[in-house]
Amino acid sequence: MRSLRWLRVPFVITYAFLYLPIVVLVVLSFNASSSPFSWGGFSTRWYSVLAGDADVLRGLGNTLVVAVGATALSVVLGTLLAVGLQRHSRSGLLDAFALAPAIMPDIVLGIGLLAFFSLVSVTLGLHSVLLAHVVFGIAFVAAVVKARMSQVDSSLEEASRDLGAGAVSTFLRITVPSIMPAIIAGGLLVFTLSLDEFVIAFFTDGPTTPTLPIVIYSMVRFGVTPEINALASLLMLVSFTAVLAAQRITRLTDSV
Amino acid sequence: MRRHVPAPPRATWLVAGALASTLALAACGGSTGGPATSDASSTLPSASLDAKADLSKQSLVVDNWKDYMPADLPANFEKAVGPKVTVSYHATNEEIMAKLTAGTDSGIDVAFVSGPFAQALAAQGLLEPIHPDLVPNLSNLYPEASKLTYDIGNVYSVPYSWGTTGLCYRSDLVKTAPTSWNDLLSPAADVKGKTTMLATDRWLMLPAQKLLGYSANTVDPAELDKVKSTLTATKPTLLAYDDTTFYDRLVSGEAVMVEAWDGWCNYGIAKNPKIKFVVPKEGSDLWADTMVILKTSKNKEAAHAFINYVLDAKVQSWVVENILYKVPNKPAMDAVAAKLAESYPNLGITPTELLKGEGLVDLGAGAPLYSKIVTEVTAS
Amino acid sequence: MTAGPIAPGRGAARRRALVERTALLGPGLLYLLAFMAIPIALILVYTIFTRGRFGGVVFTPTLDNFTRALDPIYTAVLGSSLAIAGITTTIALLLGYPTAYAIAMLPKRWRTVALILVVLPFWTNFLIRTYAWIVLLNSEGVVNQALVGAGLIDRPLELLYTRGAVVAGLVYAYLPLMILPVYASIERLDPQLREAAANLGAGRARTFFDVTLPLTLPGVITGALFVFVPSLGNFIVPELLGGGKTVMVGNVIRDQFLKARDWPFGAVLALAVIVFLVVLFVLQSWASRRVSTGGRDA
Repeated sequence: MRSLRWLRVPFVITYAFLYLPIVVLVVLSFNASSSPFSWGGFSTRWYSVLAGDADVLRGLGNTLVVAVGATALSVVLGTLLAVGLQRHSRSGLLDAFALAPAIMPDIVLGIGLLAFFSLVSVTLGLHSVLLAHVVFGIAFVAAVVKARMSQVDSSLEEASRDLGAGAVSTFLRITVPSIMPAIIAGGLLVFTLSLDEFVIAFFTDGPTTPTLPIVIYSMVRFGVTPEINALASLLMLVSFTAVLAAQRITRLTDSV
Repeated sequence: MRRHVPAPPRATWLVAGALASTLALAACGGSTGGPATSDASSTLPSASLDAKADLSKQSLVVDNWKDYMPADLPANFEKAVGPKVTVSYHATNEEIMAKLTAGTDSGIDVAFVSGPFAQALAAQGLLEPIHPDLVPNLSNLYPEASKLTYDIGNVYSVPYSWGTTGLCYRSDLVKTAPTSWNDLLSPAADVKGKTTMLATDRWLMLPAQKLLGYSANTVDPAELDKVKSTLTATKPTLLAYDDTTFYDRLVSGEAVMVEAWDGWCNYGIAKNPKIKFVVPKEGSDLWADTMVILKTSKNKEAAHAFINYVLDAKVQSWVVENILYKVPNKPAMDAVAAKLAESYPNLGITPTELLKGEGLVDLGAGAPLYSKIVTEVTAS
Repeated sequence: MTAGPIAPGRGAARRRALVERTALLGPGLLYLLAFMAIPIALILVYTIFTRGRFGGVVFTPTLDNFTRALDPIYTAVLGSSLAIAGITTTIALLLGYPTAYAIAMLPKRWRTVALILVVLPFWTNFLIRTYAWIVLLNSEGVVNQALVGAGLIDRPLELLYTRGAVVAGLVYAYLPLMILPVYASIERLDPQLREAAANLGAGRARTFFDVTLPLTLPGVITGALFVFVPSLGNFIVPELLGGGKTVMVGNVIRDQFLKARDWPFGAVLALAVIVFLVVLFVLQSWASRRVSTGGRDA
């Protein structure tokens, strides 16, 4: 791979670009001043403010429920759809339909869903946000998986069937593993988008079940305090640890 | 759920399977579910309320801006009066309006919205008229508080806080203190590129409207055309259009003069006493944030009791002390404003002075015109 | 005699194909029909009605909304939004493709870690990430201080509240949407293919343009759409990093629905964007089909 050494340059630039604001964000979580634009000295007060803020913590809980649920449902529906489209559809229009939620201006989707839930008398709550997030979730998973499917060699699947394996077991044992990287990529996308989604969540959530972005945006009027930076820093810490731990575990199992 | 018109028959659903039939659905839905407007509905009789209802059996969902009322208010209210209160939040009037006008029970009993938005909700028949006999604390309000033009006599809304809009500036960083909207619209060389204007339509337009001597509610196309060219000329001199972080920019020195609501300017003053507030000589607006009761509420007696509780002088004093906004509540202002006005002079503005500002009312059919002009200005 | 057993076999195969097709396509399409097509149709119906005096919709049919949308200001905003979204997509591709490639070249057990690290910054709130950018870019900010300190410039640059800041913010917001699909399709690439091309004497550039790029094109097209489309509709980045001085089509649509409470006109503008994007999507799907069959022939 010597010839590809130059790839390190964009690789490093990208990660630096992605993490530069995160460094600022973590530094600001220790800012004694409540303003993001001026430094007031070192302080850990925002971490104690966060610990006592029931609204923010409840919002975090709601958000995680929605993101995990929406990701799970989107991965299943989106993967099935992608495989189906790749194998059984010759119509560009059907593709466009399946991927349409990704192109819908989110405010239109949000207000449309609000009108729809009103029409069918669905009370708004976490379930309605979850249902709404699955709409774009399906599209993202389907698009990523489908791009991958178009490269998958179908001879293995045919061989599996010729050997008498059923459609379901061929799907689970041959097809799914071959597209697993795309499923992971798609699932990560949906989880990430759902965690921080504001516009659609605003229109489809119930008054008593705000997700975290809604709680944070509502703080805008009196200033978003570094309390949210503290929360973000802790989340980053937990996620980093989890990722590294998972990596350790896979390495251990690999070496066995 | 209460509906004014019967729901579409279930049979519609059975037939509807394909996209085409959604058109038909939407047409039915519009009259029941969609954001249909019927000006006639605003004359619907108000519910007859039972003054002796058992309030402890009712519960409330109150929608407010975050941190706009005391955090322990729901618990204290429950202890004193009975109903359990859940608080939900919105960031802007616009968002909560979309939700309240979507055509169904939003689950919200009491909402905090600005005056013109209360007016629009009332005009669409979505508000329960205030029953004054259930809100004895209305007597705490200044007499001027019932002269607010979006709802004269407080028929559908009860004002919670009020104020005006002006220029908030760093007295140590500007050569001459501003006195006119022109100081913002044609900034001197030393402040050029260091000023911000509010981004919401009404307040983005206000400085030019007042400088040109027009009403803040004008829908005259010729006047609006002049407003537009004034604002377009100002755009290159601005740091940004900003509704939320303008006082932080003053504190950090990134901006030296900003168009600001009086209360928000006080947040800057709290961090740096060199920040001052002035109402330009051409005059300004008079805004009010109000409490309204939704017609869909099933807990209207408790909702009235809640508003009554909020109007208590102690609760409203909290607002003045913590949010640094003026409230139209005489005993509350008498208790705390004089002391605070030393540090925050604009808290000393009297109701009579405030009423010289022009009350903002809903623009009716003129709103799309404002929106178009703002697009033309900001995209120029 | 031979025809007997085969005929029912064929029927069974066809039946099985139908069952499979329904099982694969059915759930997803039904879901989207219920929770996307019907809600969007509900909104699009408003295009032919009138705004009520105080907002809301009056069911008086009109075509006014369509003629209003032809006003030059809206086409101008659409044009500049397309330009901004286009530049954003290009930069995201130039940065994202090599990064995705580098990730795919990592030892297997590091790949997932690297991927998660791409999305991790986005698990924090958008507003505070954007504030962090303002801290970095403003005239007193870290970037300007570093440049002045290094003697590269003598006066702070106007980095914030410009179109450039909007593009940077959009690239930042949507870069993972480029990297992930591109990665998913590069990861699949058979390294032997590239080696074979190289052994046949193709230069590095030729190997890339003749072999690697065409095979990963479906991922590139998907990533490009994922970045382009939400960039076009974003309204928070132009407001915060553009200081409200850059207007994109997303801002205009949002303003119609929320500020002007003019749902019929907002619906027309949304319809225009949707039609434009559907055309783009159909083209994309047509292109990727051609690419994938072309790839198979090769």
